[in-house]
Amino acid sequence: MRDKIVVENLDLFYGDNQALKNISLKMPERSVTALIGPSGCGKSTFIRSLNRMHDLLPNVKILGKIRIDDQDIYNDATDISLLRKRVGMVFQSPNPFPKSIYENVAYGPRIHGETSKAHLDEIVEVSLKGSVLWNEVKDRLHKSAMGLSGGQQQRLCIARLLAVEPEVLLMDEPTSALDPISTMKIEELIGQLKLKYTIVIVTHNMHQASRISDQTAFFLSGELVETDETGVLFTRPADQRTEDYISGRFG
Amino acid sequence: MPTRQLFDQALDDLNEKIFRLGDMARSQVKDAMTSLDKQDLELANQVITGDLQVNELQAEIEEQCMLLIATQQPFAKDLRKIVGNFKISINLERIGDLAVDLAKLSLRIGNEKLIKPLIDLPRMVELVREMITQGLMAGKNENTEEALAMAAKDDIVDHLYNQIFSELLILMIEDPKKIHQSTYLLFAARALERAGDYCTNISEEVLYIVAGKREDLN
Repeated sequence: MRDKIVVENLDLFYGDNQALKNISLKMPERSVTALIGPSGCGKSTFIRSLNRMHDLLPNVKILGKIRIDDQDIYNDATDISLLRKRVGMVFQSPNPFPKSIYENVAYGPRIHGETSKAHLDEIVEVSLKGSVLWNEVKDRLHKSAMGLSGGQQQRLCIARLLAVEPEVLLMDEPTSALDPISTMKIEELIGQLKLKYTIVIVTHNMHQASRISDQTAFFLSGELVETDETGVLFTRPADQRTEDYISGRFG
Repeated sequence: MPTRQLFDQALDDLNEKIFRLGDMARSQVKDAMTSLDKQDLELANQVITGDLQVNELQAEIEEQCMLLIATQQPFAKDLRKIVGNFKISINLERIGDLAVDLAKLSLRIGNEKLIKPLIDLPRMVELVREMITQGLMAGKNENTEEALAMAAKDDIVDHLYNQIFSELLILMIEDPKKIHQSTYLLFAARALERAGDYCTNISEEVLYIVAGKREDLN
């Protein structure tokens, strides 16, 4: 499989504090890469660097290269809003806009210039079907998104991303605020989404990583300790630190 | 406080049960051989009924492995230990079945005078017993060299089997009246040769537990 995202020798500093140390990682197209590791290991910092979220913070210095489809995203010529359209992100707590379900999904295409009502209707339907929410909301599209359950809100946030036709989906602990049933629905959804998108997910839940990902990367203290096929990493990891972490004998 | 203390205790407990099962298999083959050698039919019957306990303990181990997988959701070496020990338990249980086969052969021969003194068969039994202990110790100490050394002993078991085969063949050719009992003794040798193979399976599981590698040692 072709590598969609290639990270080479990535260093990231918050002021004097180095949060990522010489990270190199390839993320194949149409597959799920899970990032695991204890709190503060750098996995969220890493995933945020993939759509330049750190640009919003002062005092962040980034060295090394991140290429998506062979294009250096930290190049001066990169259009950041276009980058974030291509590389969408889902966060830990669902964050729908305080608007209707329909407006949440139509918002992105609208700001990217779509004005046709018929076309927007179609985008909303296709996106909500894509996030497996359509059947649950099709009769109340114009009701507030805030009335949905947490799991439904998270799938709405995914639909909102799909509406702008991204290529990469970044998910930072997308189920940690959800109940088990909603979690399973999101996991099933990820399994479907990977047929079309490249997915990178940060998760604290190792069993989730083992269930849904194709490759897993283990981060520790800002370093990438080990990356392997998920099945290999969870049954016969090469590094003792990975072994200790995944078997719960860490720290 | 070390993490996962309770889980580690459960794994130790599993290992302790594997050793108990190993001891049972060892004494079953020994008793079966004694019944054959000394023509002790009562002992042969004890081996046959004793197999129930072997089966029960193996089932208990199987249940415990399933429970640990379901409740602890183990990864990496923990997972390999549970899967590996489960497979070791199956091999020990099969060695127990072979002891029953030996005991049944001694019942068939009954009190009919043995056509020859049994020398190599007891040697095979001793080797198998040694291999069981060595394999389980290799697992406990996570010692792959010991596991390989154990598997290498299967060559001696195979050699003894071939020796018995030739010897019995000659006896059968010389005197057709000996064919009947020779066949039983040949079955006994064959059962012990299989037991040696099961021991090499135990070594394979130890290598898998320790190093995550699958190797054919037979």
